[in-house]
Amino acid sequence: MLERILHSLLAALLCLTLASAQATEAPVAATTEAPVVAANPEIEARMMVLAAELRCLVCQNQTIADSHAGLAEDLRQQIREMLAKGMSERQILDYMTERYGDFVLYRPPFKASTLLLWVGPGLLLLLALGTLWRVLRRRQAMAPEAFDPDTPDEDAAR
Amino acid sequence: MNRFLLPLGAFLLLALFLALGLRLNPREVPSPLIDKPAPAFQASTLARPEATIKREDLLGKVWVLNVWASWCAACRDEHALLVDFSRRGVAPIYGLNYKDKREDGLGWLGRFGNPYTDTLFDPEGRIGIDYGVYGVPETFVIDKAGLIRYKHIGPVTPEVLRDKIEPLLRKLTNA
Repeated sequence: MLERILHSLLAALLCLTLASAQATEAPVAATTEAPVVAANPEIEARMMVLAAELRCLVCQNQTIADSHAGLAEDLRQQIREMLAKGMSERQILDYMTERYGDFVLYRPPFKASTLLLWVGPGLLLLLALGTLWRVLRRRQAMAPEAFDPDTPDEDAAR
Repeated sequence: MNRFLLPLGAFLLLALFLALGLRLNPREVPSPLIDKPAPAFQASTLARPEATIKREDLLGKVWVLNVWASWCAACRDEHALLVDFSRRGVAPIYGLNYKDKREDGLGWLGRFGNPYTDTLFDPEGRIGIDYGVYGVPETFVIDKAGLIRYKHIGPVTPEVLRDKIEPLLRKLTNA
């Protein structure tokens, strides 16, 4: 019995190591998939950094670096060629935004239409902290009897 | 009273936002190209590799650009509508055959009818990238000055054609 448990544990461990080995190999495999025009490791590395900043519009929760969609492959190729032509990262991001809008950027710019997106979470946090503060202040002002577990509170009485 | 109204109000507000969110289509990303000059292109036509069309050739007329491919199932859904639309002669439709093979594209037009005044051939999808294409079929309306005035993503429906595209085309033609 013990031996069988040990066996299955070993098998599980083997699966895990295999899976993680695959996971570390995956990004490399993805970059070699599209036809490589610039077999230049420096451009390839810069392209992958840029591609990780851009949303694939076909499969919207993936970056262009992650996605296997045809459009993502085309855009990776486009980025490679633009980098090879000596365009800067900024210029390439602008090129993409001109065509696909701010939505392609995983880090959208801070402006009027994205204001709520950027300050919204902070605003909610402030609101929550403010509410907490008010509730605590109110409870502080209450008489100690109000917290007596033996006295039924007004909710339970109803 | 207040302690019930507040959570209820918050809940209703949340429900309202969620209901609005459900009605949005996340696949429809507003194009930044609206009211901007249509990107320049120069492409060979699908039927005749030696003939080319460029953006300047179409200046001065209101036209429709329809991005399609023979591998695109949704393109078939809208195709009969486009054929019918082209017969009525409201405005010329130019096709953009996107990431396709020449013989496949021509075969497709032979089988389902050809609504296009001409079709640009874009086997590598370069023109598609310039026009921000990400979901074929897509349809653009381009005015006399070469500005993109409207973009529809996905198959054109009779409602969109009747209520949006055709009124816009008439307005732009008479302008």
